[in-house]
Amino acid sequence: MFRFAVGRALQAVPLLLVVSLLVFALIHAVPGGPLSLYLDNPNVRPQDIERLRKALGLDRSLAEQYLAWLTSFVRGDWGYSFADGRPVIERIAERVPATLQLVGVSTLAAVVLALLTALFGAQHKGADRASMVVAVAGISLPVFWFGLVLQLLLANWLGWLPSSGRTSFDGGGVGDRVAHLVMPAGVLALAHGAGWMLYLRGSLRTTFATPLAGAARARGIGETQILLKHALRLSLLPFVTVVLLDASIMASGAVVTESVFAWPGIGSLFTEALAKRDYTVLMAFLMCASMAVVLLSFVADVTVHALDPRTRQST
Amino acid sequence: MNANSGAISTTSRRSQTTLRAFVGRYPLLPSVALLALLLAAALAPLVAPYAVDGLDLNHRRAAPSVSHWFGTDEIGRDLFTRVLFGARISLAIGLISAAVSAIIGVVVGATAGYAGRWVDALLMRFTDAMLSVPRLPLLMIAAAVLSPSVLLLIVLVGVLGWMETARVIRSEVQSVRARDFVSAAQSIGASSSRILLRHILPAVMPSATVAVTLAVGRGILLESAMSFFGVGVQPPTASWGNMLYQAQSTMSSEPWLGVFPGAFIFVTVLCCNLLGDRLSRDQRSSRT
Repeated sequence: MFRFAVGRALQAVPLLLVVSLLVFALIHAVPGGPLSLYLDNPNVRPQDIERLRKALGLDRSLAEQYLAWLTSFVRGDWGYSFADGRPVIERIAERVPATLQLVGVSTLAAVVLALLTALFGAQHKGADRASMVVAVAGISLPVFWFGLVLQLLLANWLGWLPSSGRTSFDGGGVGDRVAHLVMPAGVLALAHGAGWMLYLRGSLRTTFATPLAGAARARGIGETQILLKHALRLSLLPFVTVVLLDASIMASGAVVTESVFAWPGIGSLFTEALAKRDYTVLMAFLMCASMAVVLLSFVADVTVHALDPRTRQST
Repeated sequence: MNANSGAISTTSRRSQTTLRAFVGRYPLLPSVALLALLLAAALAPLVAPYAVDGLDLNHRRAAPSVSHWFGTDEIGRDLFTRVLFGARISLAIGLISAAVSAIIGVVVGATAGYAGRWVDALLMRFTDAMLSVPRLPLLMIAAAVLSPSVLLLIVLVGVLGWMETARVIRSEVQSVRARDFVSAAQSIGASSSRILLRHILPAVMPSATVAVTLAVGRGILLESAMSFFGVGVQPPTASWGNMLYQAQSTMSSEPWLGVFPGAFIFVTVLCCNLLGDRLSRDQRSSRT
């Protein structure tokens, strides 16, 4: 088990390196380099740009720059934001809790939604058809449009929920915070839960068709029991893997939701930085998001390997 | 030996060729809807009630009515017309980027699946790396950096959409490679490229078709998300996404400006997904 984990961890390193290369190449593909923002500004003289270029080390070769950037990134020095001059790591760290809250709540809601609909649908044909329709609709939904429509409906026309932000101006208690959380978390939960619904339902259907289920039925075990005790146990592990991977991707899908609902997390930090062409923040965001995906997939792999004996046979 | 072994529906040759069997393979509503949309988009200049940049200054910010089915925007352009012309851009981006993704995905997947060993490991690691980077933020940065034309936008979306296809094609190729007709071809000395082109690729066509169908929906969603943030298709060229971008600030006073373009995105992607889902289910059932 330990050997497997170490092996997997070592495999993750080249993966992260490739990702860092991609991110670096992208930012430096800007015509004019990272200082292109200043090129348009008539107040900035060519001499100033040259000075900045030397100061930021942009006159060195690309390979040197990449290594320098990579080593400082690993050491926790993520540079300074072009927008307000503060350390990038600070700007990201202060926004992470809000995103964690949003992603955490919506992941939970989506998991519950997927489990309930899959379990219910396995027993009632009608509910199954209905939930499949909702699921396919959910994965086809343009999240930004759905968010805008919900805002229009629930906040502007009906006034049931606040339209944006994390809290009201004058603070507000738990109820206020919950009210602000409902729409963004709901939108995210539907968008991702839909995919999980489809996945789990397909997985359960496959298990149901196996001889395992047939044998259990022959022994006289009721359908519900088969569903809960046998089929779900087999499907649960891959489902958890899918959820873990998707949750990390949700952090970037939250870019859209956070922007529409003005939720003060790293997603809206991304869109702000994009508008201001704040490349240091953008690079750090991409690296963090990719690291989160790699880390979570590592965790998922190791968990599956530890809990599912079948995977250990073929190392 | 039937060259189509196992890949397509196992109904008899005769019924395979009848129109009924052909139509029965595709879910009616999504296919018809998609075809109607494609037709309307292609014939937009003829079908649209107004000119695309025609201004009706007497009816600015008008709600939907008989003369303007979807209403008008702040300078009097008919929204229905704009949605039709926007369909041309959005559908073109979706379809062509899906084709680009398909080509890259098939090449990568088939190479990985057929060659095996270190080539496979290398290609799959690269695919995993590409999948680890969040796609929409990456695209948004690339678009902000490059200020792409519609053509470059198509290439960008296509270049980031091949990974899912590659994975599917790879596992398909791996399973086909183990089949008898491949070892038979190898034993009579057929070259690898011949085997790939003449035997393996035709066998994975159905999976590739499903992957492409789903990629169209993904491409449309990606482009409209990018345009929604102002880094995709630039105004005045209309795309469904950038119509939403412009409608954002006026959602409460002129909701039709945002509701209709987004609804079209939704319905189009929904039809693509339904079609792809049905195609893949048909494949799976014909294989057992």
